[in-house]
Amino acid sequence: MKQKILSSALGLLLICFFPSVAFTQDDLLGLIEDKNPKKEPVSATFKTTRLVTAHSVELDHGGVFDMKIQHRFGTLNGGFYELFGLDQSNIRIGGDLGITNRISIGGGRSSFGKVYDGFVKVKVLQQKEKGFPVTVTAFQSMAINTLKWQNPAQENYFSSRLSYCTQIMIARKFSENLSVQITPTLVHRNIVPTTADQNDVWAMGIGFRQKLTKRLSLNAEYFYLFPGKTANDFYNSFALGFDIETGGHVFQLQFTNSRQMIEQGFIPETNSSWLEGGIRFGFNISRVFNVYNWKGKW
Amino acid sequence: MKNLFLSVILITLTVSFALGQTQRYFTKTGNISFFSKMPVENIEAHNRSATCVLDASTGKIEFAVLMKGFEFEKALMQEHFNENYVESSKYPKATFKGTIANPAAVNWKKDGTYSVTVSGDMTIKDRTNKVSAPGTITVKAGKVTAVSTFKLLLADYDIKIPGAVKDKISETIDIKVNVELAPMN
Repeated sequence: MKQKILSSALGLLLICFFPSVAFTQDDLLGLIEDKNPKKEPVSATFKTTRLVTAHSVELDHGGVFDMKIQHRFGTLNGGFYELFGLDQSNIRIGGDLGITNRISIGGGRSSFGKVYDGFVKVKVLQQKEKGFPVTVTAFQSMAINTLKWQNPAQENYFSSRLSYCTQIMIARKFSENLSVQITPTLVHRNIVPTTADQNDVWAMGIGFRQKLTKRLSLNAEYFYLFPGKTANDFYNSFALGFDIETGGHVFQLQFTNSRQMIEQGFIPETNSSWLEGGIRFGFNISRVFNVYNWKGKW
Repeated sequence: MKNLFLSVILITLTVSFALGQTQRYFTKTGNISFFSKMPVENIEAHNRSATCVLDASTGKIEFAVLMKGFEFEKALMQEHFNENYVESSKYPKATFKGTIANPAAVNWKKDGTYSVTVSGDMTIKDRTNKVSAPGTITVKAGKVTAVSTFKLLLADYDIKIPGAVKDKISETIDIKVNVELAPMN
């Protein structure tokens, strides 16, 4: 009996002292510390909306217009006569507009094929710190070739000018410096030169970004064409580039075997090879302008 | 015997109550903002979720703020702030742990405005520096409002400004603190 009383008294003693013990702790902030802090979204997986030529999971923030000037020279194996490609030029002028933080539209015009293109990009899932492991962005584009008809005598359809690209980009920022992206891709052309050519071309893109300093990074992208006539006739697109960031600008300098700068072009129609010196120097210039203020969460 | 135990319990209760009496105030929605003023460009950012705990009996006051909680007018500025300048993923929090140098100047029980000086350790990017700042404490209907303005040198916290934006970002940053604290139970 005595022991029972003793132990219960001890227990009470402990209970009574407990709050005072808690109160005398030194770390004041510890008193109100959040035990389950909010999982923050991972930001800046890539510096800009393009990995090299291909799109990255990144979108411009809501209310931001991002002017893009992209340029590719000719191939290095043109030799001194072509000044190692500098005599030739392909350009795409365009822009991306962040409608919200997770929905963007964009468009441009390429000199090659006099192609106008437009796209919609939606960030479907967002990587979180100690949370969801990847960012997923869906991409759909349409392009219109506006070259004069090769054979005006025959009946030509507007739909023949159209081509499409659908991509699901999945990326993970592994660390401050390293981000990796894979990009399952489907390119559809309404018309192809011969019946043997593929209207639908499937490809798998893989790319990474490795920061070298805070404002300089090395980027690479590779698109593997799945076996088929296109894979037999063309080369896989491979590009290596540097991102240089200065305030509101991002400069991207790259070497690539692809001439075109839209998915419908550089993925199924790359016709020069790295091994044969079919490498082009090129650059993208990105400049952002604030058009309106977007304070929404999405 | 029973009486003895009862009295022990009673004493303990009183002691712990007396200890628990230390009045503390806190908030999780404090305002902390900073300003960089340059001829070319002004930059400001606001954080409305700063935490602060004040111990009225000792004059101890502590602040913590999540770097990612600073909101800028331009989204890209915010991204650059987090990515390049303060490296928020690596150093998510900034803290200040200090004491009111003249705690006797404040009558916590009486409404009024009191001038104080707070000094202590400011930690940003894992670099700690001594900071001393004047401020005012306003007691009104049991609530305490603390306000202060002071300057920080970016170089003290290993925040480097690259040459290209030297004329856009000031090397000294004005900090404004405004927290409204409620009693902690």
